[in-house]
Amino acid sequence: MTTTTTGTPTTPKQSVGTAHTRVDGYEKVTGSARYAGEIPFADLAHGWLAVSTVARGRIRSVDDEPVLRMPGVITVLHHGNAPRLNTEYIGMLGAPPDPTCAVFQHDRVPHLGWPVALVVAETPEQAREAAEALAVHYDREPHDVALSATRTDTHPVDGFMPAVTEKGDLEAELAASDVVLDAEYTTPEEHHSMMEPHAATALWDGGRLEVIDSNQGATWVGSELAKLFSLEPDAVRVRSEHVGGGFGSKGVRAHQVAAVMAATALDRPVRVVMTRRQMFSLTGYRSPTIQRVRLGASADGRLRALEHSAVNLTSTVFDFVEPAAGPARVMYGAEAHHTANRIVRLDVPTPTFMRAPGEAPGSFALESAFDELAEKCGLDPIELRLRNEPDRGPVSGLPFSSRNLRACFDEGARRFGWAGRDPRPGVRRDGRWLLGTGTAAGSFSAGAAPSTAVATAEADGTFTVRIAAADIGTGARTALTLLAADALEVAPDRVKMRIGDSDFGPAWLAGGSMGTRSWGWAVTIAASELKERLALGADIPPEGITVRSDTTEALQALTQKERHSFCAQFAEVAVDVTTGEVRVRRMLGIFAAGRIVNPLTARSQLVGGMTWGISMALHEEAVRDPATGGLYGADLAGYHVATNADVAEIEADWVADPDPDDPVGLKGIGEIGIVGAAAAIANAVWHATGVRHRNLPIRPDRVLQAVTGAPDA
Amino acid sequence: MDPVPSPTHSGITLNVNGEKHALSVDHRTTLLDALRERLDLTGTKKGCDQGQCGACTVLVDGRRTVACLQFAVAAEGREITTIEGVAEGERLHPVQQAFLDLDGYQCGYCTPGQICSAIAVIEEHAAGWPSAATDDVRPEAGPPPLTPDEIRERMSGNLCRCGAYVAITQAVARAAGARTAPAAQTTADRGAAA
Repeated sequence: MTTTTTGTPTTPKQSVGTAHTRVDGYEKVTGSARYAGEIPFADLAHGWLAVSTVARGRIRSVDDEPVLRMPGVITVLHHGNAPRLNTEYIGMLGAPPDPTCAVFQHDRVPHLGWPVALVVAETPEQAREAAEALAVHYDREPHDVALSATRTDTHPVDGFMPAVTEKGDLEAELAASDVVLDAEYTTPEEHHSMMEPHAATALWDGGRLEVIDSNQGATWVGSELAKLFSLEPDAVRVRSEHVGGGFGSKGVRAHQVAAVMAATALDRPVRVVMTRRQMFSLTGYRSPTIQRVRLGASADGRLRALEHSAVNLTSTVFDFVEPAAGPARVMYGAEAHHTANRIVRLDVPTPTFMRAPGEAPGSFALESAFDELAEKCGLDPIELRLRNEPDRGPVSGLPFSSRNLRACFDEGARRFGWAGRDPRPGVRRDGRWLLGTGTAAGSFSAGAAPSTAVATAEADGTFTVRIAAADIGTGARTALTLLAADALEVAPDRVKMRIGDSDFGPAWLAGGSMGTRSWGWAVTIAASELKERLALGADIPPEGITVRSDTTEALQALTQKERHSFCAQFAEVAVDVTTGEVRVRRMLGIFAAGRIVNPLTARSQLVGGMTWGISMALHEEAVRDPATGGLYGADLAGYHVATNADVAEIEADWVADPDPDDPVGLKGIGEIGIVGAAAAIANAVWHATGVRHRNLPIRPDRVLQAVTGAPDA
Repeated sequence: MDPVPSPTHSGITLNVNGEKHALSVDHRTTLLDALRERLDLTGTKKGCDQGQCGACTVLVDGRRTVACLQFAVAAEGREITTIEGVAEGERLHPVQQAFLDLDGYQCGYCTPGQICSAIAVIEEHAAGWPSAATDDVRPEAGPPPLTPDEIRERMSGNLCRCGAYVAITQAVARAAGARTAPAAQTTADRGAAA
């Protein structure tokens, strides 16, 4: 554990850049860290969601009478008795709320697994039995859940970036190209599947609504709940001290809204925890994508034409765009450069952000296409990428704040042993295994959003910093401690970092790889100003000396640039063509992702992202049953994520890449780890076998089918 | 309060981390829910509640068990060890210390299950139990070398979605190495004597 120092300041020593174990590590390895569903409350009631068994239709009736007579049942909330919510607003992310969080507002069912009621009882067992016994009658309507390349009802939708960008005459440049590639790639429906299910306890305390929740941003969830329930912003307090993973899924969801409704109706604390099966229909997912990439190049590999168009599905109630065509706007330039993101509205749950939204599936297509183009041009895949390094944003024309992709490839190629690689596919064998290596590039945007922080010098010589940050496993709590310690010029054990409470003031969320950067900026300013105040030599009163920061103005002053992290990914695979098994023997990722605050936890996060890349390339696939409209095997046995035995050696490291416009040089590392990883593996599978896999995941049956039949799986 | 006894409830005594707890449980209550909801031992996590993720792994009579697939009434008379019971006071168990030092976790939610599993893995291996990764499974072959592949295979009942497997494997290897160092010495001595 930490030691406490009081009195004279310790010798200032830089903490940022050296490895520190997590400040909450002791709590996590002893089980004393309490997550959202684990805070005890007297008189707690338990809510259990009942979800629809049809994919489209109307609720004719909810037979709550028999259920209300069951032991321990207190109430049943449904569209016939629930309070009305306000959904006419623009939330913190600049968009209206996804109506799938606004439960029990009408009789329409937009997808299978839609919440139709909340049963509240004295114990979880009673609530569960009653929810499963609740009979709900529907007027069923025909549903449509099939995404296909031939659909004509696609719509370009902007989402968080323009849907379409077009520069130059694509057909003319393609016609003038020496080498042309035209290929379709697909990625399947993927689920976040964080280990901690969504859980919330709601209660009214002294006229304020308090929600103990597992989320990626206390300010975010608190502000959305205030708007949904038409409450004053400061009448809602959201606490989220420990979060068991998020990956984009832990925002405002059915469980918090239902818990607040029940706590309000019953005037007692109500906890709602989702089941693993419910999570597959109620917490968002990554849409499947169908992507077409057309590349035209001169004989020397220089691009003349680039087209990347992507289609994803969304629900009938909210347009969510998985912007898979976005990465091409950053990665490569061409005289003719066309990109487009389109959606199809189907009777399915609304997809959402999932680790590297857009970049993860988009980089699979684009970076696979580059590997194919390298083959056609007879060029080394790294050389092809370096020949197409743009000096400005390919679409925006803006300068890059920093772009160190070349340094990533130089370092990565050296450490991976890329030099002298035989480019021929299917010629290396180790017993029953065919061996191959592959590479890919990646990028993810680096941004920051307004946040506030509060730094206090305590009378006992310690410091307390408060910020409504979320540590969803990223190590943010530890990173912010190190940043504050450096700004205060003290050892990190003198700083207590308090996070996960909306009462600490507005702050950005753990998302878009912007969390630690946004919070770190606010913490650094508050701590630096506190340091200056203390330098004046005033005595510290019993209540301490407190300084607040707000980064809104500093961020507005930033000039427009292309701001991104970059990476070079390498993989070596072994493929058994008699069983179809693919093993990733080793991976190396070299990242240019701003200044690294804590090498220990940063490495974990980057390796974790690369592990997601293995999982995406080989395992993950949620399959929707066209007959029912739901998923086959909506659980962790049916939905495969990488296990320990699937992951061998993974190394992650970085090159110097401090962001010139950030006070500490940060960019953000949450998402870049997965970008390009699946493509590097797929490219290695081609190198091993000579078969190009354009559809993920690279399942054993696809490998087998490819060797025995079609040239392209 | 719950009725005792009744067709739906029973009074039982659970022996958890060396302490006896008398309680009345609904027969449907799993060991996992009894620990979390009744004994306030929330270190044991609920990840899937259907035996697929390993987050609720505890030791029952020294063997790793997913607490979500066992009824509380069936755990009576067993010695149950949870994550709250593996450290010796303030001194962490070597597996806990290795997870902390090597960053064998991120969000921490699978961690108690991983640690309980790892403690049992090291014991199972020392007792000579083979795994699917073991080349020579004959009893007389003795424990195979605890290679990274052996650890990965034996730890694969515990999912970690953050993707901390690389560091988890290193942590288990370090903790196992600390435990087996004296045993290796003995084997060497014996070899020398022969």
